Formats: sequence, structure tokens, C-alpha cells
Amino acid sequence: MVKNSDTPSAPTPPPVAASPLPQSPAVAARFAALHARPVILEAEHLTCEFDSERGRVTALRDINVRIHRREIVCVIGPSGCGKSTFARVIAGLQPVSAGQILVDGQPVTAPGPDRGMVFQGYTLFPWLTLAQNVRFGLDMQGRAENTADAEARQWLDLVGLGKFADSFPHQLSGGMKQRVAIARALAAGPKILLMDEPFGALDPNTRAQMQTHLMEIWRNVDITIVFITHDMDEAILLADRILVLKAHPGEVLEFLEVPVPRPRSLAQFNTPEFQATRRHLDALIHPAPSAHDPDHAPLPIIRLTQSGDDVE
Amino acid sequence: MPLLSVRREPPARYRWLLWVLAFSLPLAVWSAVSYVPWLWHPQVVVTDPGSVSWIQPGLRLERADFTKEVATAKSSGLTPPSGNPANPLYLPAPHEVGRALYTAFTTPPRLRGDKWLHESIVISIKTIFYGFILSSIFAIPLGIACGSFPALSRMTEPFVDFVRYMPAPAFGALMVAIFGIHLEPKVAIVFLGTFFTQVLITAGTVRRVDPALVEAAQTLGAKRAHLVRRVILPASLPDLYNDTRILIGCAWTYLVVAEVVGVSSGITFFINQQAKYRNFDNVYAAILIIGFIGLVTDQLLSFIGARLFGWKLTRRSRTRTFLGWLFSPRDVLYFPGKPTT
Ligand SMILES: Nc1ncnc2c1ncn2[C@@H]1O[C@H](COP(=O)(O)OP(=O)(O)OP(=O)(O)O)[C@@H](O)[C@H]1O
Ligand SMILES: [Mg+2]
Repeated sequence: MVKNSDTPSAPTPPPVAASPLPQSPAVAARFAALHARPVILEAEHLTCEFDSERGRVTALRDINVRIHRREIVCVIGPSGCGKSTFARVIAGLQPVSAGQILVDGQPVTAPGPDRGMVFQGYTLFPWLTLAQNVRFGLDMQGRAENTADAEARQWLDLVGLGKFADSFPHQLSGGMKQRVAIARALAAGPKILLMDEPFGALDPNTRAQMQTHLMEIWRNVDITIVFITHDMDEAILLADRILVLKAHPGEVLEFLEVPVPRPRSLAQFNTPEFQATRRHLDALIHPAPSAHDPDHAPLPIIRLTQSGDDVE
Repeated sequence: MPLLSVRREPPARYRWLLWVLAFSLPLAVWSAVSYVPWLWHPQVVVTDPGSVSWIQPGLRLERADFTKEVATAKSSGLTPPSGNPANPLYLPAPHEVGRALYTAFTTPPRLRGDKWLHESIVISIKTIFYGFILSSIFAIPLGIACGSFPALSRMTEPFVDFVRYMPAPAFGALMVAIFGIHLEPKVAIVFLGTFFTQVLITAGTVRRVDPALVEAAQTLGAKRAHLVRRVILPASLPDLYNDTRILIGCAWTYLVVAEVVGVSSGITFFINQQAKYRNFDNVYAAILIIGFIGLVTDQLLSFIGARLFGWKLTRRSRTRTFLGWLFSPRDVLYFPGKPTT
């Protein structure tokens, strides 16, 4: 078991539970090495509130997290728990109400190219070719025309879409668009890649391919990934650690170290570590339903069919 | 598929037919009213006055008056007048207007100083062109700025909205006082009529740019000027182009007002003159020509737009679809997981 170095030293925040799942010595050693790496992203007492018609909504409350360089952290939690808000705050797209985000020790105040983002919807620029899309970030940095283009094409090759460099986004399938979006985000040279349910709209097959692809890229590129998903299997497959949030208000339930050894593949789905992690997450996110919980109360449906016309 | 389906395009083979119907149906109604003697025709054109002394051939009478004359003549044993049912002068038959479409160009103006039809048209087009271009030069950048920067929009749009409700024609006298009586005040009126609406519409269109695109660009390092130039502008360009198309129509509306300001000129002057001489066929011809110019401009702009902004097309042209199908590397397009080398 690894000591928990994630609890910030600042005025005693609620302690985040250490990983409750048993780890093999190899995995434990890997986590020890991981925690020895420099902290690249830190949330300090992060609170984010929205004013809505129904009054103030606390999307995130007092989040304290440290993420190390080249880690993959997945954020999961029920719908509305503030996952997207968390990513947007890190990106600088969403101002915080209290606390702060530090990237490499510097507080985040605005969006910047050191934090790339891949959105759930397709956000490629439809008027640009794929190569032009990918070099957008390079152009913003004032990179010379020909080197930017060559680099963009290399990134497209890396995500397997070199052939389509001069096509337009509307000529691509959803999975291809997301690959280009990843290439575009990476080309700008970010330290942190934020991904907000990037594969949510893809069919299971394409999705599995994209997950494999993402891990491949992560192995080869110096990048820290914060990956938001509501799919537990996806989280377990990808993550070093999983940040489990709860809703209303959005708070950290647990920052879980995934005991599944790397390198990962879909074949590990049936291993005991994977299944144990899954059961653990399931219990965390879907506690035994209680009748008082409006989400789990039986639906007040009356019979609308004739008696005898039963389907079960 | 049935022709009338809710929110569904009709089959391609019907589209031309529907387009032709769009014009031939109104024409058919007009022809029917003009050529079927018992449809409407409230007047009678006398061909033979008979023995009624005050009636001459060619005289137009209300049908009731004519019937009365016939009855009176008959009852006193005189030869009754005869004539053909006719529509009022202000509704010429299609073939008369058709003829006028040609003769209006070949008839010299009645008074010296009056303009030929084509000269009038040129003046009108000039007025519209200058007014609209001037308006666009100022309104589009201002609109884009307002749409991009909410602070600017809050500072500008209340005033713009306020002025927009003042009818441009109300400025007629003022414009004449400032700019004289020739082309300038007319251009100014077209400008005033278009500008304020154009600012608001442009700003609105720019505001409708998908915020996700702007945010994506921000996470790629784009800052203020780059965001506007490289994201907001290209993203809204197709819609801005369409707005411009629609606003040209708006400018034409103000043309008619503008042209009666100061020295009456252009197509409006031609129409007014012809109406004064009761050459209603020429009036219709001139109105049709305005419509025609408008339609052709619009179709031309729409054609150009479709080529300029192909990426925005939701309904792709058939040629494009075919070419896309012909040249797409299919195995990769449909099986995105396959290695692509
Ligand atoms: N712009 C906003 N204005 C008001 N309330 C907001 C806004 N954005 C988010 N919220 C609220 O904040 C909470 C968290 O939203 P968020 O989108 O981060 O959830 P999420 O975890 O991403 O959910 P999902 O899994 O459905 O994407 C929700 O209760 C939501 O209603
Ligand atoms: Mg979300």
C-alpha cells in the first residue's frame, strides 16, 4: 500500500481515502514512482457555483487534488456532479468561486495552450481542412508556415489520418473527427490534455479502438491526461487513478488507485483486479437504492394496457 | 414518398416542376382574369357607338352604365351601342405587359429631360449599390465587433435599436438639406434604411457562432484578435453572406422612398411618369423588371455562396456528392479503425 501523498498540506482539508483495493507489488511500485513525479496540476479548495433560476447551484465544493506528470486521471461520477465543470475550470473556461487551480505551480486565470481540451461534441473548425485544423494551435504560436504544416501532417499521421490531411471535417466519421480533435489539441503542445467524454458519442467498437489509440499516444507523448467519462470500464481501462465525484454538491468521494497492471488492454476486463475495481466503483457510485431517493423511487405508472395483454 | 411531407424535401424530379409552378400559377390567374370575358371585366370598351350621340368608339364605360345605355337605346328604337367586356386600365393583360417589356425600352421619353427606361434602371441600381455598399462597409465590421464583444454591443445596440425605429423616409427632407437634391440624398436614405438593421442582424448572426468552437480555439491558445479573425469571422461568414442577400431586398424597399426625395429619379420616377400618362402596361413592365433584377441578383449570390461556403452545405449538390463518392478512399471512410497506410 502506498502512503497517500495526495492530501494537500494546506489547512486540513477532509482527508481523501487511500486506495482501498489491494495492489500487486509491481503496481504498488509503479504508484510509488508515480507519486515521486512532480505535481503538474493541483486543485486547492476548488469551489465552483452557478447562479440559476433555482438559486445558487454548487457544482464543485472544496476539491483538493494533486495530479502528477504523465498520469492519466479519469473523473467519474453521476450526471450533474460537476465533471464537465471540473474540466472547464482547469481549462480556464469557467471562473472559480473560491480556491484555485495550479498548473506547474502557476494559478490558472484564463484558457491557454498549456491545457488542451477535447470536447464531447465535435469542435473541429468546419471551414478548415484537417491539416489546417491541426496546425491551428501552431499558427496561434506564430510558427512558420512550412514547419507548422509539416508538423500538423505528422500529428495526423500519428492518429492514422495522414491520408485525409486535405479533407474537410464533414467528410469524416465521428471517431475520425475525435482523433483529429486529439491531434489538434496535442499539436499545440499542451502539458495537460483535458478530455470531456470525448468518446461518448461513438459506437462501442469505435470507442474501444479510440481507447487503445489514446493509450498508445499517451505512451509516446509527454502529456498528462484528465479524462472525464461516466463509463466505469473506460475509466478503469485508461486511468492510473480515478477521481470519483458525488453530486449535489460535487465533492470528491474517493481518489482511487487502479490496481490493474499496465500495459493495459481490453483483454484485462475479466481479471480479478479489474472486476474488483469495478465492484468497488459500482458500490461507490450506485449505493443501494433507497425508497426516499427520488431517483430510485418506482415510477408512478398505471396500467395502460388491457388485462391479459401482458408482455412479461 | 408523398409530395406533401412535413419538413421533408420533395423528390428531386419535382423540384423544377415546383419552381415552374411558382411562377406559372400566378401567371395563370392573371391570364384567366384577363382573357376569360366573364371573369371580372367590370368595364366595356365601346366598338360601335350605335346611335347614342355622346358615345365614341374606344370609350370605356362601367358595365352597369353601358347596359343602361343599351336598354335606353333599345326602348326608344335606336341602334344600341356595342362593345367588348374589358378590365380597368390598371390591369393590362399579360401579352400587353409582355409587349411593353420590349416597347418600354424602345419608346423615347415623352418630355425632353425624361429618362429612357434603361437609364432609369441604371440610376436605380446605382442608388442601391452605393447605399448598400456604404452601409455594408460600416455596418458589417461594427456588427461583427458587437457580436464578438458583449461590452461593445451593450454600448452600441441600444442606440442602434432606437434609431432603427425611426422610419428612414422621415429623414428625407433632412437628407435633401444636407446632401442636395440629386443622387446623394437618395443614397443616404438607402444607407439609413439599411445600416441600423444590418448592424443588429450582423451582430445577431455573429453571436450565434457555436461557443464550443470559440472555446476550442481558446484552449489552443487563440486570444482576442485571433479569435475574431480566425474563428468567429470564418464561422459566421456563410450566414453573414446570407444576411447580406436578404438585406439587399430590404435596400430595394428603401429605394422607392429614396427616389421620390429631392428630384424624383430612377425607376420610381419612370413608373410615376408612366402612371401619369396612364401607360399601365409600362408600369407593370418596370415593376417586373425590378423583380427580375432582384431575383437574378439573389440567385446569382446564392449560387456563388454555395460555391464559396461548401463546408456549410447541409444539402450537398448532386455533382459534389457524386464526386465525393467517386474519390473517397472507401475502406478507410467506413472502417475508421483500419490502419490507413
Ligand atoms: N452554465 C451553468 N449555469 C448554471 N448551472 C450550471 C451551468 N453549468 C453547469 N451547471 C450546473 O452544475 C452542475 C454540474 O454540471 P456539469 O455539467 O459539470 O455536470 P457533469 O458531471 O458534467 O454532468 P454530465 O455527466 O451530465 O455531463 C449541474 O447541477 C448543472 O446544473
Ligand atoms: Mg458533462
